[in-house]
Amino acid sequence: MGCIESLPYEVIMRGGSFKECRDYVRKQFRESLDVQPGFKIFDTHIIGVPPISIGLDGDFVIFPFTKPCHGTFLLRVEDKAEADRLRKRK
Amino acid sequence: MYKNRGLIDLADEVKSQRSALLVLGCPQVPVQTSIALYLIHRLRQAGISPVVAGNRSAVTLLVVADPKRHYLGETLDLDRAIDQITEKKRDFDLCFVFIHNDAGVSYAATMGVISKARLYAIIYGEHYDKIVSSIEFPCINIAANAVHNPMPLKKMLDEVAPWAV
Repeated sequence: MGCIESLPYEVIMRGGSFKECRDYVRKQFRESLDVQPGFKIFDTHIIGVPPISIGLDGDFVIFPFTKPCHGTFLLRVEDKAEADRLRKRK
Repeated sequence: MYKNRGLIDLADEVKSQRSALLVLGCPQVPVQTSIALYLIHRLRQAGISPVVAGNRSAVTLLVVADPKRHYLGETLDLDRAIDQITEKKRDFDLCFVFIHNDAGVSYAATMGVISKARLYAIIYGEHYDKIVSSIEFPCINIAANAVHNPMPLKKMLDEVAPWAV
C-alpha cells in the first residue's frame, strides 16, 4: 500500500464506513465501475467489501483505501493513464 | 526399502500439514494480542502451522510478548500477505481475521474473495454486535463483548474449536 500513500491524493471522505464510501461514489460520480477485492489499482491490491465502487471524473480516479487502524478513506487521485485503463474495463 | 518408505511418509506429512493465517487488526483493543497468542497455541497443538499478518505495531506486540517464539512462527506484513494471496503465490487452509472496526470487516471480506481458506471472523470490542450484523458475506463468526478481558472471547473460541475441524 506504500505506493498509494506516495501518490498526490486528496481525501474526499474519512471516518466513514466502507458502505458509505461506496454509496458516495455511486451517487456523486456519473462514471463508476465495480470491482472485486484484490483488483489492482495504482499497482496496489484494493481492500474492501464487494462490490467495490471506483469513481471516474475526467482524469481523476476516486477509490476507497482501507488501513487497519484508520478505517476507510475515499481518495481522489489525478492520473490520466489509470483513469483510461479503468474506463476501458467498464 | 523401509527407509525410503519413511522418507516418503515424512514428505507427505510435511506436504499435508495444514496452515492458518491470522490477520490482525489495529491493536488498540487489548484482547487481540492475547487471543492471537492463545489461538496460535491451539493451532500448533492441533498440528496446524500458524502465520501471522498485521501492521508493524500489531506484529511487534506479539514478537515482544513471545521473544523466544515459543508460540509465534512466521510473521508477514499485512499488505505483503494480501499481495501473495491475490497473486496466487500462497494460500492457507484456515484464515482468522480479527475485527473490531469497519476496516476489519473490509479485510475479512477481502480474504473471503481472494483466498480459498475456511474463513473465521473473530469479532470483539464494545460494538461487536453491530459489527456482526454488518457482515453479509459467508464466514464463521466468533464474537464476544471483549475489550480488556479476553475470557468471553476465549470461551467462544473454545466452543467453536476451529483447530478441531
